[in-house]
Amino acid sequence: MRNALCDTLLALYQRNRFLFMTGDLGFMALEPLRAVMGGDFVNAGVSEQNMVSVAAGVAHTGLQTWVYSIAPFAYARPFEQIRNDVCLHDLDVKIVGNGGGYAYGYMGATHHAIEDYGVMAALQNMTCHIPAFAGDVLPIAQKMQETRGPAYLRLGRHEMPAEAILPDYAPWRELLAGESGNIIVVGPVAGQAYQAVKSVTAKKGASFALWVLTELPVPELPHSLRESILQHPEKPLIVVEEHVAHGGAGMAICHLLAKLGASPRSFRHLHAVGYLKGIGYGTQQFHRKQSGIDAESVALLLEGLL
Amino acid sequence: MHKQANAGHIGGNLSSLDAMLLLHVETMRPTDYFVLSKGHSAGALYASLWAAGKLSDEQLLTYTKDGSFLAAHPSGGWHPGIPFSTGSLGHGISLAAGVALGWKLQQKPGHVYCLMSDGELQEGSCWEAFTFAKHRGLDNLTVLVDHNGLQGFGRVEEVASPMLPLSRKFEAFGWEVAIVDGHSYADIHAALAAPRGEGGTRAIILKTVKGHGVSFMEDKLEWHYLPMSDEQYEQAVREVGGAA
Repeated sequence: MRNALCDTLLALYQRNRFLFMTGDLGFMALEPLRAVMGGDFVNAGVSEQNMVSVAAGVAHTGLQTWVYSIAPFAYARPFEQIRNDVCLHDLDVKIVGNGGGYAYGYMGATHHAIEDYGVMAALQNMTCHIPAFAGDVLPIAQKMQETRGPAYLRLGRHEMPAEAILPDYAPWRELLAGESGNIIVVGPVAGQAYQAVKSVTAKKGASFALWVLTELPVPELPHSLRESILQHPEKPLIVVEEHVAHGGAGMAICHLLAKLGASPRSFRHLHAVGYLKGIGYGTQQFHRKQSGIDAESVALLLEGLL
Repeated sequence: MHKQANAGHIGGNLSSLDAMLLLHVETMRPTDYFVLSKGHSAGALYASLWAAGKLSDEQLLTYTKDGSFLAAHPSGGWHPGIPFSTGSLGHGISLAAGVALGWKLQQKPGHVYCLMSDGELQEGSCWEAFTFAKHRGLDNLTVLVDHNGLQGFGRVEEVASPMLPLSRKFEAFGWEVAIVDGHSYADIHAALAAPRGEGGTRAIILKTVKGHGVSFMEDKLEWHYLPMSDEQYEQAVREVGGAA
C-alpha cells in the first residue's frame, strides 16, 4: 500500500496543495513524490515529536499537512504532540503510519503497531482509517484530503486473493454474503478471514457473511448487519482484527451491541495477543498464528462454531 | 489575578513578565505571533494582552474561574493572541517553528516569537525543533529563554548541569545568541531589533530573577508553586508599586 500511497498523494497534490513531512523514511517509495512536491516535501529528520508539532503549526497557518513514518513512530513516539497540538486544536494534520499490525514482522516488536488505532480513536476529533485493500488507499486519502481535521491512516499490505471481487470503497462493506454467522474484520487481515470463509465453505458447505470495516470510531452498524444480529441471535458473531483487544474494533462493536440490546449467543473476538513469553519473534504470519488471526486458525474456529 | 485565583506559578510569571509586556505592547506587529511555550506563565501572558488592549478587565478577572478561557495554562483557539494550548513543556517551540515554516511556504508576512523556560530546554524535542528551525532557515522565528535558573525541584545546575551555559548549546546548533538582562526593556528591545543574517535563527537568553520585584519571592523555588497569603499579597503589591 506504500506505493499506492505515493501514487495517490501525487494525484491529490495536483488537486490541492499540501505539505508532506516524513520522519526520514520513504526510500524506494516516496522519491517520485519528493520530485514533484519540491519545497512542499520536507524530510523532518529522525524527530517525530517535532515533526508532528511542526505539522500542527503549519496546519494552523492554513496549509494541510501530512506526516509519514513507520506506524509506531508515527503515532506512539509523538503521542502527546498528536493529542495536544493536533487534536486539541482540531488541526488539519494527517498522520500516516506504514506497516500496521505485525506487518514489520521479524523487524521486531518495536516496529509493530498493534494498539495504534485504539489509541488514536480515543483522541478528540480523530478519525482512523485502516484500508483493507490497495484500492482503498486512493478513496480514503481523497476523503482525508477533503475532510478538514485530524486523521490517522494505517497502511498494511494488500492480501486479497486475485479472484476476490472487491466492492467499491466504503467504511463498511459486505465482502461475502452468508447465513451461518457474521464476521467483521478490520483492515488487511480481511485477506485471512476471506480465505478462512472460503475454506469452510468448501469443506462444510457453510457460508458466513464477511464484513470489512475500515474506519474508526464506529458510530453504528450497517442496517443489514444490525438486523441480522438482532433477528438471529443464534448466529455467531466473530470480530477479527490485527490489534489488541483493548480499544480495538471488537470492543467498539460490543458497545454498539449493548446499546442495541443485541446479544448474539456466540461472540468471538480474534485479536492480536501481543508477544507470548518464550515464543520469540517472526514474520507477520508467525505473529498472526500466535494470535489465532491467520486463515487456518480462523477457519478452525469457524468450523467449531457450526 | 493570582491572589484572587489562589494560583501558583507566580515566580515564573514575574520573571518573564517584562519580556512579554515589551513584546505585546511595543514589539509585535498585527501579523506577528507569540507562542508561550512555558505555558505555566499564562498569567503574565494574559496581563500583557490586557496591557496591549487585547483583553478586557472583565475577561482578565475570569482567570481560572469555571467557564473561563483563561486557564492557568493557555487554552488556544479562542483569542488571536493565544494561538495554541501549551503547558506540556517542549511543544511550543515546534508549534512556533511550524507557523514560521507555514508562513514561509505560503509567502505570508509575520514573525513568530516563542518564549521558553530554561528548565524546559531539558525536553529533548526542543533540540529537534532547534535543529529543524536552523536547517530550514526559519529567520522569521525568535526564541526567548526565561533563564531564571530555577526549575520545578531545584536549580538548573543541580538538576541538569551540562545544560549550562545555555548559550553554548544554542551556538552548537548554529543559532545566533544574545544574552541580555531580562528585566531591562532597553536590552531586550536592542536584542530583538538587532539585524540577523538571512536564514539566521536567533535565541535571546533573558537573565531573569524568579519572582522578580517581590523581595520574599525573588530567587526562591517555592514561588514556582505557592499561592500568596493576604499579608504576602499586600506586601507584594506594595513592592511592585501597585494598589491592592
